[in-house]
Amino acid sequence: MHKEAAIREPLILGNPTYTDISNDVLHAIENKPTKLWKVLMVIASIAAVWGVGCILYLLGVGIGTWGLNNTVGWAWDITNFVWWVGIGHAGTLISAVLLLFRQKWRMAINRPAEAMTIFAVFMAGMFPMIHMGRIWMAYWVLPIPNQFGSLWVNFNSPLLWDVFAISTYLSVSLVFWYIGLIPDFGTIRDRATRPVQKLMYSLLSFGWTGNAKAWQRFEEVSLVLAGLATPLVFSVHSIVSMDFATSVIPGWHTTIFPPYFVAGAVFSGFAMVQTLMLIVRKAMRLEQYVTIKHIEYMNIVIIVTGSIVGVAYLTELFISYYSGVEYESYAFINRFSGPYWWSYWAMMTCNVVSPHLFWSKKLRTNLAFTFVMSIIVNIGMWFERFVIIVTSVHRDYLPSSWSMFYPTWVDIGVFMGTLGIFSVFYLLFLKYFPVLAFNEVKSILKSSGEQYKNMSDEEFKALHPVFKKDKK
Amino acid sequence: MEYKVSKHAKLTTIILVVVGLLSLVAGIAMDHNHHGVSGRLWANLLVDGYFFFTISLAAVFFLALQYVSEMAWGVTTQRVFQAIMAFMPVGAVVLLIVFAASSLHMNHLYHWMAEGVMEEGHENYDKIIAGKSAYLNQPFFWVRTILYIGVWMYFANWFRKNSLKEDKLNLDGAVSPVYKKAIIKGVLFIAFFAYTSSSSAWDWIMAIDVHWFSTMFGWYAFSGMWVSMMIVAVVMVQYLKKNGYLKEVNSSHVHDIGKWMFAISCLWSYIWFCQFMLIWYSNIPEEVTYYVQRFNDYRGLYIGTFFVNFMMPFFILMSRDAKRNGIFLIPVALIIFLGHWVDVLIMVLPGTMFEHGTLGLVEIGMFLTFLGVFIFMVLNALSKAPLQTKNHPMYDESLHLHH
Repeated sequence: MHKEAAIREPLILGNPTYTDISNDVLHAIENKPTKLWKVLMVIASIAAVWGVGCILYLLGVGIGTWGLNNTVGWAWDITNFVWWVGIGHAGTLISAVLLLFRQKWRMAINRPAEAMTIFAVFMAGMFPMIHMGRIWMAYWVLPIPNQFGSLWVNFNSPLLWDVFAISTYLSVSLVFWYIGLIPDFGTIRDRATRPVQKLMYSLLSFGWTGNAKAWQRFEEVSLVLAGLATPLVFSVHSIVSMDFATSVIPGWHTTIFPPYFVAGAVFSGFAMVQTLMLIVRKAMRLEQYVTIKHIEYMNIVIIVTGSIVGVAYLTELFISYYSGVEYESYAFINRFSGPYWWSYWAMMTCNVVSPHLFWSKKLRTNLAFTFVMSIIVNIGMWFERFVIIVTSVHRDYLPSSWSMFYPTWVDIGVFMGTLGIFSVFYLLFLKYFPVLAFNEVKSILKSSGEQYKNMSDEEFKALHPVFKKDKK
Repeated sequence: MEYKVSKHAKLTTIILVVVGLLSLVAGIAMDHNHHGVSGRLWANLLVDGYFFFTISLAAVFFLALQYVSEMAWGVTTQRVFQAIMAFMPVGAVVLLIVFAASSLHMNHLYHWMAEGVMEEGHENYDKIIAGKSAYLNQPFFWVRTILYIGVWMYFANWFRKNSLKEDKLNLDGAVSPVYKKAIIKGVLFIAFFAYTSSSSAWDWIMAIDVHWFSTMFGWYAFSGMWVSMMIVAVVMVQYLKKNGYLKEVNSSHVHDIGKWMFAISCLWSYIWFCQFMLIWYSNIPEEVTYYVQRFNDYRGLYIGTFFVNFMMPFFILMSRDAKRNGIFLIPVALIIFLGHWVDVLIMVLPGTMFEHGTLGLVEIGMFLTFLGVFIFMVLNALSKAPLQTKNHPMYDESLHLHH
């Protein structure tokens, strides 16, 4: 039991009891919303309403209200789609992959990261749907037997694979997240005093009993879902990358895309988790549970995935020269020296150069610096998709078809709107859901809590008489 | 506990080498290629030199990864991974001989090294290859090759030497200074390896099919060497436990190494599939020739390897119990070990032997010879130090692994 290596830093600081942990996490649910929450909610709602308005306008008037043209048929829409779906990956990585790797530090961040995943996938899914123009026909992407004549989906198209990949991903993530929430809903139900609240959480908790059998099943299901979700971390963004890589467009067709998109997705996702968690831990006073060590671990993931992305960028650049294919070389020369040079260099600076500042322990444990960096990475990853999508197509094979893309107010409005809608969802989550998986956090208290780690073996055994027996 | 190479094991390695050499001789005698057999021998030296050398190399990577990621469970098997690194010097010498022979035109593995390929007006002139001359030229090739091998071996030696040094420290409760340094070395190695694992695969393997290119190729080679190394680790742990060693390694450790073999098999399959599918789908002449050649001349081996390397571990080792049990682990490991060797074979043969490449006595003989030497080097290194490290700060946690 008390065997975790001494050099591992504690993951729960101070001296909280099990009750303290519940109290700290459930404070927001059991009390009236704070002023900060209300202010943020108003701002987010305004952005969300504006975004919904832009979408309605778009649906009414048509895709022509975006800045697209004959040459640049995909721009902000698909950029935003890929950006959002990429952000979602961190949640799944934390909840599934880190579970399989038995990383205890995931306990403090899995819940808010999974919430982020789900809301981000909502936002992502919206873009292809509004891109269809006639959103009421969106269900045509499903292979449903129909009487419309020869209408049938094209199984050869990666766009259709996307439909399957993302809907599977959303369903599994949602189930995984919800299963994790059940024990915590049970605790909230048991503590609730107001009847409506009690009823609501009682329904949500599916009659959770909290006995040993229930916990055992809970763990088994978590493991099975983690096993299912892990391939999804790979498949979703791989298939998103195939939207581009199966084509013959220079700059889009490159074999490294699938794994490199996955790394990029995790990279951007962790940046978004940092952005959110740094605010949440401060505003909700969760510094004891989301410690500097957690922030540091996440920053290390950011360096690693950022470096993988960096290696991939340089590989692409090198191979574009090595291939000897004129068009391939031109696509990359145009990227870094053509009219969109600024977006390429913004991407390079934000994604490849700046994460390397995290090699310094001082910087990666500095909260303000981490916050700024997380925003920079979010911006960089947005630009990455913009660079891939727009700069690869804006100079067509024929110079007479060359064109530029300029976003309209609708492009900008829809994107801002998704940020707003996402924030509204997230704020509701923070208010009505247990923001940390506190029952799981409790499970590591005695192995990774500060006061227990500092105890000698004798003190620990004195607290737990049962361990005296196994002394050999 | 100290490990001793048993007589049985020694005899096995000798038999492997002898049978290998006999088969090699028989293969050479029976070879009917009108260009002579030397091209085939050089190609096979490259195949086996690369395959076994990169297994050792992947062990350095995995050791570095253990330090960097604060991995505790691997501590009780650390010496096994250190032993796998032991083939590096032999592998390096073989590779250097092959490359030197290529440079001196004693073989024709790398067409870009041939006379006049880069010279305009020469009958061998090839415009596309000439376009690559800033990267593919003899001096730069050698600088890179020596840099890769030198730096990798430096790290391999460092990890081994300092781990042995760590055993002798008298720490009295303090954290081992070797551990702290090893983390930094691990980070440096991984950073260097991130680039060179790809670029070495371009230089040594991808450049055989010199017109062809794939951005994924470096990661494909990397995942292949990693899974081959995990296979060796799985087999060694089973072998040692069977012979009464590694008592500290319990079924949870066995499970964890099995999981890695399973996971990296999946990674390799994923990368194989993505590279293949994207090239097949877009069907661009510059790229698809690589697969056309493999499909026309090596179809059975090529497709078969993929299915075996993917399906065998995926379906047989899916369950928890299978990953803890030698009865399942060993057969799967041995079969996919051959599978990944064939994978390297088919990276090399189509570009060097064209339609004449086969999997015959020469190939088997060369493989068995290398295998014998590899096993001997690894077991020999294992016998040189205690099977358990001392003073690793995570040792106690690793000892109590249970899941």
